[in-house]
Parts: sequence; C-alpha cells; structure tokens
Amino acid sequence: MLVQGAPFDFGAEAAAFSAAAGGAGAVVTFTGLVRDLSGRLQAMEIEHYPGMTERAIAAIASEAVERWRLVDALVIHRYGRLGPGEPIMMVATAAAHRAEAFAAAEFLMDYLKSRAPFWKKEVTADGADWVAAKDADEAALGRW
Amino acid sequence: MIDLLYFAWVRERIGLPRERLATEAATVADLVEELRAREDRYALAFADLSSLRVALDQELADFDAPLAGVREVAFFPPMTGG
Repeated sequence: MLVQGAPFDFGAEAAAFSAAAGGAGAVVTFTGLVRDLSGRLQAMEIEHYPGMTERAIAAIASEAVERWRLVDALVIHRYGRLGPGEPIMMVATAAAHRAEAFAAAEFLMDYLKSRAPFWKKEVTADGADWVAAKDADEAALGRW
Repeated sequence: MIDLLYFAWVRERIGLPRERLATEAATVADLVEELRAREDRYALAFADLSSLRVALDQELADFDAPLAGVREVAFFPPMTGG
C-alpha cells in the first residue's frame, strides 16, 4: 500500500504486481483518473489524514485478502495537487480465479471511496469547491 | 489534553488544521457543544452534524462515543476517496 504525492506508473506497477503474484490465475487492476467532464477543471486538490489513511487502507485491503482468499492486493492513492487526466489511485488484486479478483477490486474501490480519509477539491477558473460525497457511494457499501 | 484535528471544509471554516484542548467533555457530542459555544466559526463548522464525521484515535466513531482515554479527535466531512 502506498499513499504518496508523487505520480505513479500504472503499467509498471501492474506488471510488477502481476510478476510477484505467484500462483495466481487472475489479476484485475483499476485506475482512477482526475475527471474533467466540463473541460473547465484546472486541478484536483486531494487532502488526506496522515496516519488514519494508512490504517484505513490496510484494514480494507486485509479484509479483501481474507474474504476472497487473494494471493495479494495493491492500493496506491495520491494526495496533493493533480492535473486533469492524471491517475489519482489504483488497485490491483490477484486471485486464483477472475470472479474473486473482480469482486475484491470492486469491494476495495467501494470502501476506499467512503472509508479512506481523503477529500477532493475541484479547482476551476471560478474558484474551488469541495466534492460532495454521494449517497450512492455510501449505499454501495451495503452490497458487501 | 486532547489533540483536535480538522480536515477539508471543517478546517477552512475553523481556520486551523489542529489545536490542543483541555476538556472535561465526556462524549464527542459534549465536546462539539463546548466547541460550538466558543466562537461563531466553530458554531458554523459544527452547525449540521449529519454532514460531519468523527474519528477517535484514527478510527471512525459515533457522536455519542465516550472520550475517556482518547488522545486524538478528528472532525471532517464525509470522505471522497477513490
């Protein structure tokens, strides 16, 4: 698990994770990018709670490993000021079969969204606004 | 003494990221009442508890949770990771 300000190389991380996942039959990866649907976004500023962030991610990842008997799981999440299109975070899961790898990756994403202490702020020419949490994101936890 | 930490718009409304406080508050809710009474900026930040979350020693907790033995209390809006 990595919580960092620096950019990461998604391809290199995925390749290294896969190479180290001995015995796995399936690797699923997901990367979240800074979204700019309006074309007006200048930057995304991500604040986090050092200490709690690492604890929360470790707890979520170890639950995923246990529930889906994963060979391994990887979470990388950035903080600081990011530009449109930049990777914010990635998860990777390695399991015996794809069903477990996909389910565990979805579980990780749902929990990271609502239970890892990050807060996003969108900066445009008009000013900066905190991104509001969506009810649907909280509701998504119910399926697990 | 406990450490109080504020994040995102809670930090912006109060105007500082952290502070230390000597308090007799028994629960988080008691602490919130104490802070609200201090100044308008606190009253504004804690106006609507349904839009706030609290962590005690870096674990999410409820507003009726006791503060005995707690060293670090953090207030923040619902998280928007991922």
